[in-house]
Amino acid sequence: MTTYFQAYGTFAALLVLSIAFVAVAFGANRLLRPNRPTPGKLTTYESGMDPVGTTWSQTQIRYYVFAFLFVIFDVESVFLFPWALVFADIGVAAFWEMVVFIGVLAIGLLYAFKKGVLRWA
Amino acid sequence: MLFGQRLRALAGWIATLAVAAAFVVALAAFFELLSHPGEERTQILRGYEWFTSGDLRVAFDLRWDPLSALMALVVTGVSSLIHLYSIGYMEHDERRETFFSWLNLFVASMLVLVLAQNFLVMFLGWEGVGLCSYLLVGFWFNRRLLVVNPLGRLVEGEPDDTREVWAPPAAKKAFLANRIGDVGFLLAMFLIFATTGSLDFDVVFGEAGALAAGTATAIALLLFLACTGKSAQFPLYVWLPDAMAGPTPVSALIHAATMVTAGVFLVARTHTIFEASGTAQTVVLLVGAGTALLAALIAIGQDDIKKILAYSTVSQLGYMFIGVALGPIGYAAGMLHLVTHAFFKAQLFLGAGSVMHGNDDDTDIKHFGGLRSAMPITFWTTMAAWAAIVGVPFTSGFYSKDQVLAAAFEHGGIGLLAWAIGVFTAGLTAFYMSRYVFLTFFGERRWPEGRHPHESPPVMTVPLIVLAVLALVAGFALTTFTGEGGRFQAFLEPVLGAPEEHESLAAAAGLSAAATGLAAVGAIVAWLLYVRPFDWLALRRRWAGAWRPLAEKLYVDQVYEFFTVNLGGALAAFLARNVDQRGIDGAVNGVAELVGSSARSGRRLQSGLVRSYALGVLGGAVLIVAFLVFRP
Amino acid sequence: MHPLAQATTQPLPLPEVDWRAIAPELALAVAGVVLLLVVAFWPRAGRGVLAGLTLAGLAAAAALTVWNWDLERVAFEGAVSLDGITRYARAVLLAVGALATLMVAQGDSREGEPDDSPPEVFPLLLFALLGMVLLAAASDLLVVFIALEILSLSLYVMAGETRRLAAQEAAMKYFLLGAFSSAFLLYGIALCYGATGSTNLLEIADATGDPTADGTLLLAGVGLLAVGFLFKVSAVPFHMWTPDVYQGTPTPVAAFMAAATKVAGFAVFLRVFAGALGGLVVSWRPVIAGAAVLTMLVGAALAVVQTDLKRMLAYSSISHAGYLLVGVAAAATVPAGVSASMFYLLTYAFMVMGAFMVVQYVSRLGPPDDDAIGERSSLEDYRGLARRHPWAAGLLAVFMLALTGIPPLSGFWAKYYVFLAGIEAGLTWLVVVAVISSVISAFFYLRVLVVAYLQEPVGDPGAETAPGRTPALGVALGLAGLLTVAIGLAPEALIAAARSAERILG
Repeated sequence: MTTYFQAYGTFAALLVLSIAFVAVAFGANRLLRPNRPTPGKLTTYESGMDPVGTTWSQTQIRYYVFAFLFVIFDVESVFLFPWALVFADIGVAAFWEMVVFIGVLAIGLLYAFKKGVLRWA
Repeated sequence: MLFGQRLRALAGWIATLAVAAAFVVALAAFFELLSHPGEERTQILRGYEWFTSGDLRVAFDLRWDPLSALMALVVTGVSSLIHLYSIGYMEHDERRETFFSWLNLFVASMLVLVLAQNFLVMFLGWEGVGLCSYLLVGFWFNRRLLVVNPLGRLVEGEPDDTREVWAPPAAKKAFLANRIGDVGFLLAMFLIFATTGSLDFDVVFGEAGALAAGTATAIALLLFLACTGKSAQFPLYVWLPDAMAGPTPVSALIHAATMVTAGVFLVARTHTIFEASGTAQTVVLLVGAGTALLAALIAIGQDDIKKILAYSTVSQLGYMFIGVALGPIGYAAGMLHLVTHAFFKAQLFLGAGSVMHGNDDDTDIKHFGGLRSAMPITFWTTMAAWAAIVGVPFTSGFYSKDQVLAAAFEHGGIGLLAWAIGVFTAGLTAFYMSRYVFLTFFGERRWPEGRHPHESPPVMTVPLIVLAVLALVAGFALTTFTGEGGRFQAFLEPVLGAPEEHESLAAAAGLSAAATGLAAVGAIVAWLLYVRPFDWLALRRRWAGAWRPLAEKLYVDQVYEFFTVNLGGALAAFLARNVDQRGIDGAVNGVAELVGSSARSGRRLQSGLVRSYALGVLGGAVLIVAFLVFRP
Repeated sequence: MHPLAQATTQPLPLPEVDWRAIAPELALAVAGVVLLLVVAFWPRAGRGVLAGLTLAGLAAAAALTVWNWDLERVAFEGAVSLDGITRYARAVLLAVGALATLMVAQGDSREGEPDDSPPEVFPLLLFALLGMVLLAAASDLLVVFIALEILSLSLYVMAGETRRLAAQEAAMKYFLLGAFSSAFLLYGIALCYGATGSTNLLEIADATGDPTADGTLLLAGVGLLAVGFLFKVSAVPFHMWTPDVYQGTPTPVAAFMAAATKVAGFAVFLRVFAGALGGLVVSWRPVIAGAAVLTMLVGAALAVVQTDLKRMLAYSSISHAGYLLVGVAAAATVPAGVSASMFYLLTYAFMVMGAFMVVQYVSRLGPPDDDAIGERSSLEDYRGLARRHPWAAGLLAVFMLALTGIPPLSGFWAKYYVFLAGIEAGLTWLVVVAVISSVISAFFYLRVLVVAYLQEPVGDPGAETAPGRTPALGVALGLAGLLTVAIGLAPEALIAAARSAERILG
C-alpha cells in the first residue's frame, strides 16, 4: 500500500511547491504595491470593451440533441475499430453481433428521424 | 356501506338477519353438541396454517366446546335482539349503514374471540372487539353539544348542571385503557410461548400444572391485567362509564352484555393457569370484590341514567370475577351470572335507550318521574330486569348472584370476605337500582314543559319484551332444567372441572335469605326516599358532604387525570424546554413535538437545490470511505 | 508490429452465448424496440393498444421466467447468474411492471381532456424494466453498471415525461444527482478492479479472502459501491432527491420508481454485499447499519411533517429502505436475511404501488390543477374521502395499514421476518431502532386515514369532475389490494419461495 502512494510523492511535492510559489509571489505583490481602487479598475478586463451580460448565458437547446446523436455515433465508431481488428479471429459471429448492435442504434436513429429531431427549423 | 344509498334503508335488516342467521347456526351446533356424551363435547375445527416462524406455529383453529358454545349463543342471541332494536333506534341517523357494518364486525370479532383455539387467534378477536368498541364509542364524533339543564340548577354546586356530549375523548380513553390491558395480554402470550413453546390451548393447558409457581403467577396476573382493561375492573374501569357517549344499543351490546364479559370468559378459559397460582386467584377475587363495592357506591351518586347503568355493569362484572376466582366451585356460578347479566343488563340499557328516545335524548334522572303511564311497555320490561338485578327470588339474577355468593361462602378463607362484600353490595345494588326505577317511572312528573314522552315503536319494544322474559326466567330455566342438557353446571363441567362437593341445602337457604333480606332493605330505603312525597333534594343538600364524593365518582377520574395529563404534561413541557433550546410554547406532547422540531430542522436541509443535495451525497461518500479506509 | 495487432495473435476467450439464461431480458428488449417503432410510425395508436402490447411483452417475459424457473447457473463467463434472487426479483419486477403499465394506461386525463403524457412512456417502461431485471441478475460489476444506467436513463426521461414544470424539475434533479452518484459507483468499480484484478463478483469474492490483495483500496472501492447503491435505494444521506422527484413526477412513474427501483436496487445490493463481499462483512456492516439507522429515523421523522401525500409516501419509502437495510446488514451472516429482504421487497412493492394508485385516483377527481405545481396530492384533497369514494378510501386504508405493519396485512409479516433476521444476526439494537421508527411511522400513516375517514370534505363535492372511465386503474387497484391482503393471510408460500433465494451464486 505504502509503495503505491509513495509513487505519487513526487507529484504531491511538486503540487505543494507550485502552490507555494504562486502564493509567495502574489503575497509579496500584495504587500508591496499601493492599493487605490477606482470603478474603472474594478471592471472585468475584456480587451478594452465594456463587459456585457452575466456569466450565465443560455444555449439553444436544439444543439443538445445533435450533440447527443453525435456522441452516440462517435462511440459506435470507437467500438468499430477494435472490432475490425479482431474480426478475422472471431468470424461470422462477430459480423452478426455487430449487425445487432448497429441495428439497435439504427432503430434509435429511425425513431429520432421520424420524430423530426433532425429537421432544422 | 359499500353499496351506497340504495341499500341504506335495508342495511339494518340485512345486518340483523346476518346475526340472527349466526344465532340459528350456533343453536343448531349447540344441539349437535348436546347429542354427544359429556366428555366428547370438545370439537376442534382445524383451520389453515396461518404462519410458521421458527418454533412458533400458529393455525387458524377454532374450538367448539360447552364454554364457547355458551358464549356464542349469548353473543349471537343478544346481538340479534339488539340489532333489531337498533333499526328503530338509529332510524334517523344518516350514517346508519356504517353503524350496522361496525356492529356486525363486532359480532364477528367477538365470535373469533370466544371460538379461538389458541392465544393468537383469541388476541385477534380481542383486538377486533376493542377496535369496534373504539369506533362505536366515537360513532358520533361530530356531535359536540353542551346540554343545558332545562330545569336549571336543582341543587347548589352540583357537578352536572350542564354536561358536554362529545364522543372523541371518551373513545380515546377507552382505547388507552384497553391498550394498557392489551400489553398485558401480549406479554402473557410471550411468556406462555417462552415457557411452553406453543400457543395452542390444549398444549398450554396441558402444561399449565407443571409451570413454576412464579411463572404461572406472572402469566395469570398479566392475563388478568388484560381482563381489567376489557372487562372494566379496578384500576382500568374508568373508560366504561365514559363509553356511554356511544349510541345506546352499543352500550347495551358491547359495554354491558358481551364485550366486557370477555375478561370473565378469558379467566374461565384459562382457568388451569389461574388454578396453578393461588396468588393470582386471590388477586382476582379481591379486585372483583373491591370493584363491585366501589362501583356500586359510585352508582348511587349518579344522575345520568346511562352512567348509573354503566357503574352497575362494572359492579356486576366484579361479581363475575368473584365467581371465576373461586376455583371449580365458582366457575359455573360466574358464568351463569355472565349469562343472566347479559339478559337483564341488555334490557336495562335498551330500556334506558327507549326512555331517551321518548324524552328528546335526555339522560338526566331528575327530569323524568312518572313515566310509568307514558311508556308502559318500557316500564314493565324494565321492572322485570330490575327484579332480576335486585335479586327478587326466582328471577334470573337471584339464582346467579346467589350461586356466586354461596360459592364464595363455601370457599371459606378469603372467600368469606368476598362473600361479606358481595352481600353488602347486593344491598347497595338494590338501593341504586330502585332509585333508578323509582325516580324514572314513579312519583310526580318532573319533565320540562313542551316535552311529550311517548312509547317507542314495536321494533324497539319487541326486543325489550323478549329480554325481559329472559331476565325473569333464565335463571330458573338454566339451573333446574333437567333435560338432555342437564344442569348448567353439569353442562360446563367437561371444560371447567367439577366442584368437590355441593353445599348443603339449609346453609344455602340461609345465605340466600341474608342477601335477599339486605336487598329488600335497600329497595325499601329507596322507596321511602324517592317514591313517597319526600324532598330528597333537600336531603341531598343537607348531606352534600357525603353526596359530593359519590357524585364525583370518588375522585378516581380526577386522580388519573392528574397523573396522566398534569404530570405527563409537566414532564413533556420540561423535556421540551430542555431538549429543544428554542422552546416550544405550551408544549404538551413531548415526543411528538421533539420529532416535529427535529423534522422541521431536517426540512430546512431539504432546500430543493440540487447543489446542496449533491453536497449531501459527497459528504456521505467522504464519510463512508473515510470510515472504511481509516478505521483501525 | 502495432501492439494492438499483437494482441490479436492470441486466441480471444469468447463467452459462450447462453440465450436461454437471458431470455426474459431479451423478450423485454425486443418488446421495447417494437413499441418504440409502433410509437414512431403509428402516432395515432391509442393508449389501450400500447398498453396491450406492453402487457404482452411482459407476459412473454414472465412466461420465459417461469420456463427458466429451475435453472441455476452462471452464464456468460460469470457476467450473469441465475439463482433464487434473480428469479424472485424477476417475478416481482414483472408483476410491478404490469401494475405500472395499467397505471400509465390510465394516465392523468379527466373525461374529455387530452392526456399530457406522451406514448413513449410505454417503451421506456419496458427499457427500465430490462435494466432492472438485468441488474438483479448481474454478477459482474460492469454488467451492474450497464444495467443501472439502462434503468436510470429510462427513468430520468420517464420522470420528465409531462410538460408540467414540476415534472421537468424532478427529471433534471434526478438526472444530475443520478449522474453524480453513477460516477461514485463507477469509481468504486474501478477501485475494486484495481484491488482484486477483476470485476467479476465470484472472483472478487475469492480475492477478499486473499491476504495479499490491497485491503485499503478494496475497502475504498466497497465504500464507493455502497454510495452508488445507497443512492439508488434512496438511503440517508443520499435520499434528498427522493421527495422532490416523487412529488414532481407523474404518479404512475413515481409508483414505478418507488417499487421497482427498490426491488432491483436491493437485489443487487444483496448480491454484491451479502454475496461477493460477504468476507468483508465486519468492515461494511457498521456502514450499512449506520445508514439503516439514519434512513429509518430521518425518513419516519420527516414524513411526520409532510402535508402532501406523495411527498409523505416518498419519505415513507425512505424509511422502508431503512428496514430493508437491516435485512442487508443481517444477510451476510444469516441466510434468512436474504429471504426476509426479498419477501419484504415483494410485499412493499405492492403496498406502495397501491398507495400511489389511490393518489392517482384522487388526483383525477378535483378540478384541473395548476400546471406549475404538479398533480393534486395534498392531504386536504383527502378530507372526507370515505364519504365520497368509499372503495378508494377502503383500499387506502388497506395500504396505509399494511405500510404501518399492522397484522394480518402483508406489511406486518415483511417487518416481522426482517426483524427476526436482524435479531438472529446479533443486530438487536438495530431492530430496536427499527421498531421505534415503525412506531413513529404509524402516526403519519394513520393520520391519512383520520383525514379520509373522520374529517368533513371541504368544498362542494358536486364540483368534482368525473374520472375518465377506463377500467385500467380499477383493475390495478383491485390487484394490489387483493395481493396485500392475500399475502398477509397466507405468507407461508411466498416466504418459502423466498427461502430458495438464500443461496447466492456470486
